[in-house]
Amino acid sequence: MIHPDAKLAENIFDKPSTASTREGFGKGVVEAGTADERVVVLTADLAESTQAHHFQKAFPERFVQVGVAEQNLATVAAGMALYGKIPFINSYATFSPGRNWEQIRTTIGINNVPVIVCGHHTGVSVGPDGATHQALEDIAMMRALPHFTVIYACDAEEGRKATIAAAKLGGPVYMRWARDKTPIMTTPGSPFKVGKANVLWIPSPRTEGPSLVNTDVAIFATGHLVHNALLAARDLAEEGIETTVVNVHTIKPLDEETILREAKRAGAVVSVEEHQIAGGLGGAIAELLAQKMPTPMEFVGVHDTYGQSGEPKELVEYYGMGASHIKEAVKRAISRK
Amino acid sequence: MITDADVKKIEAKALAIRTTIIEMLAAAKSGHTSGPLGMADIFAALYFHVLKHDPKRPDLAERDRLFLSNGHIVPVRYATMAHAGYFPVEECLTLRKFGSRLQGHPEYHMLPGLESTSGPLGSGISEAAGYAYAARMDKKTFRVFCATSDGEHEEGNTWEGIMFAGKYRLANLTAIMDRNNIQIDGDTEDIMPLEPLADKYRAFNWHVIEVDGHNIREFVDACEEAKSIREKPTMILAHTTPGKGVPTIENDYRWHGNPPGKGPTDKIPADKQKEVFLAELEGKTV
Repeated sequence: MIHPDAKLAENIFDKPSTASTREGFGKGVVEAGTADERVVVLTADLAESTQAHHFQKAFPERFVQVGVAEQNLATVAAGMALYGKIPFINSYATFSPGRNWEQIRTTIGINNVPVIVCGHHTGVSVGPDGATHQALEDIAMMRALPHFTVIYACDAEEGRKATIAAAKLGGPVYMRWARDKTPIMTTPGSPFKVGKANVLWIPSPRTEGPSLVNTDVAIFATGHLVHNALLAARDLAEEGIETTVVNVHTIKPLDEETILREAKRAGAVVSVEEHQIAGGLGGAIAELLAQKMPTPMEFVGVHDTYGQSGEPKELVEYYGMGASHIKEAVKRAISRK
Repeated sequence: MITDADVKKIEAKALAIRTTIIEMLAAAKSGHTSGPLGMADIFAALYFHVLKHDPKRPDLAERDRLFLSNGHIVPVRYATMAHAGYFPVEECLTLRKFGSRLQGHPEYHMLPGLESTSGPLGSGISEAAGYAYAARMDKKTFRVFCATSDGEHEEGNTWEGIMFAGKYRLANLTAIMDRNNIQIDGDTEDIMPLEPLADKYRAFNWHVIEVDGHNIREFVDACEEAKSIREKPTMILAHTTPGKGVPTIENDYRWHGNPPGKGPTDKIPADKQKEVFLAELEGKTV
């Protein structure tokens, strides 16, 4: 059942409202800019598709167009942050942080300045643009950089909140965004705190109190695939398999307390992400569990391949990240207990 | 704008800075020699005449900012800062050693008075341009300088930054190129020809001033001229002699990335290099 504390929207299974997470960014960055006039927004010729154009319209004097030049995007922003601004830099993730990773490492990471790197169009769900534009490695690239916080919102509403929070962190942040419209699960009342994972689904029925001891598997999901994880959890419950679904919106720093607690209760875990299984959320959780609590684990994600053109949903299915794949992974995880 | 006495004083500082560069590189047993020696006159002129700054208050809000894009020549910056009073000259001997604030390539958080981290080439002009852009948004009156090398004009990022600064007419930005014609693997015009550099900058809507990088007066005048250009950024294209001041090193690209004691031994044996070079600086032969 849906965890009451998560305060999710009604009808998230049957008739969810949809929006892209990038739309949440577009709203959130205007709110962040309203709250703090140090906030500036830069783009490398992708104002509209990154939704940065909302900020451009609201604060034209704080919007900077750098042209198709992602290395310049990162380094100009570093200079502005060294001065005292809080820049959000926007491009597709295969270009930024893909093309300009070293500039990000040296001038933002080592300098430890508050630039928020927004990598848009991530995952195969980018769709028709094909492999070149479907970022599947960006979490790994950014998670490896000291000082960086890495955030991947599960829906537009969480993305809005995360954007506002990122502007206040005072250090380098990587935010991962998606193009396709996906269900809006969270509400303005849903809890969101950077670094604190949220439990969205718990075994049911609960007799009383917060006991979760009958959980069979803990599913740790990030980004819009959290919705597929919830669909899988609902179906599994009907089959008598009880799961916990945790929305790990902050991949770095990882919420070790929540992950270890849920892994211990379940005794088997599954990670779910629209990213290469190497170096993403699953990798981060595996590093943690291997050191502190070795636990059977299955990985749902892209298995060492690039994407291709297609419709978002068919690509998510083709590359093995649909609800049915999550269910299979849960069953494999149980069999390994 | 600058008196003969001032020029003499800066030249004396430049000699002291060069001496420190030889000593610190010999102690470090690694690092770059040609670039730092070649830029000693310009750094002396910057810190002892051009820049508005206070060694006792490195975070002074109104200070002029100096970005160093080609981080590998940082020994000249460290030596100049030490002689200007930012820290004791003896600390220069800790260069590149464990625990030192004087990292092999400059690291922003390690030493007060640096404006950024650098080493990987090609990023400095963009960073300085971003800084200058932000400062102009807030109507700040200090100036932003960026020292850059000729070799790093082979980096795409450099030209992206030049294009950006030109587009936004960043008149508060002055870049200074160490045009010494060498890079690690040889002469720039053999490795990847850069000329016509001045015309390229002009085509990107910069004001360009070419100077002899060892003529203090010419350089200081160019910095003054840059202040008077209100509609575009200025590039001071400084023609320098790599290794300037030490005849054995001058114009020999093999000294780009080697310190005294580890450089080519066809002229001076390794164990004599430091001593000979210090003597050459004083105009003596050993």
